Amino acid sequence: MLEADDFVKGLQGIGFDFFTGVPDTILGGIIAHLTEERLYTPAVREDEAVAMAAGAYLGGKIPAVLMQNSGLGNALNVLASLNLIYQIPCLLLVSWRGFEGKDAPEHLVMGETMTKLLDTVRIPHRTLSGETIVEDLQWTAKTFMEKRIPVALLLKKGIVKTIQP
Amino acid sequence: MIGPEEGVMQSRAQAMAAILELMTDQPLIVCNGFPSREACKLRDRDQNFYMIGSMGATAGIGLGLALARPGKTVVVFDGDGNVLMSLGTLATIGALKPKNLIHVVFDNEVYGTTGNQPTYSRVVGLDKMAKAAGYLNVERVWEREDIVYEFKSMLGEEGPSFLLVKVNEQLEEADRIALAPAELTKRFKGSVS
Repeated sequence: MLEADDFVKGLQGIGFDFFTGVPDTILGGIIAHLTEERLYTPAVREDEAVAMAAGAYLGGKIPAVLMQNSGLGNALNVLASLNLIYQIPCLLLVSWRGFEGKDAPEHLVMGETMTKLLDTVRIPHRTLSGETIVEDLQWTAKTFMEKRIPVALLLKKGIVKTIQP
Repeated sequence: MIGPEEGVMQSRAQAMAAILELMTDQPLIVCNGFPSREACKLRDRDQNFYMIGSMGATAGIGLGLALARPGKTVVVFDGDGNVLMSLGTLATIGALKPKNLIHVVFDNEVYGTTGNQPTYSRVVGLDKMAKAAGYLNVERVWEREDIVYEFKSMLGEEGPSFLLVKVNEQLEEADRIALAPAELTKRFKGSVS
């Protein structure tokens, strides 16, 4: 399992320097580390986080937004009617709750349909794994720079160390 | 429209023009709908970012920019419908307290772009909500001279500041934004770097 600080170093290594989002347990370790390093600006909703990231990008930052996949629903309009048409990129670091149907009921529909939803709105995505982390980050940087649209890295439980709630 | 407390209410375009005249190189984020079209017609500048969609996201974009560029004073032109859609952002701004953010809300108490359906700002004071959320300077104005006085003060004060400008429902005839969204991004990003 990846240490949260190593993962954050990897993201910083490819340029990310503005982090915002809404918490999830899978993301807890990453957020704790980002907060400790004073790199994280909490948002109250995922669409607000995406909007803040857009403003930060316009100001010269390379932004990442952390969210649970339920939050993709909240963020969808900003992604569709701001980021995708204005070519304002960000990294969406999305926790994959409801993966393979093993989660609480509220996560099952989004857990099953998230990748199709991302495909439908044409947001490139990739599922992070410990073995392919280097390639995953290279892909993220390349897609972000070339397409200038949001790219999603999906994070299943047990890939990056988290904290006990 | 003249009332004992309300004075002479401006159209949004008149109020907007009064503020735009006072601006120098400050980046400006303008909310979707007619406000963006009016600002573009009144005083188009490279530092203007016009939203055409993503209603509710205006203040969030301004906040992100203010945090990214603490040396620049960021101005947001927002509407009552937009603010009501993302009231949580008042809390985020009030908590983070960016010193360099001036949040101007043109409050016509209707969804003007879609046919003047009433909003709740007629009964819910957005300035009171901003004050409660933690904005440092909060003012409610109607008349041109007060708009000018308060905005000038806010340019010289540490924020976050919230200027609620009560305006009438009149729309200025203004075309859609001619520049393509991706071009607006390039133009704006170049102007703030």
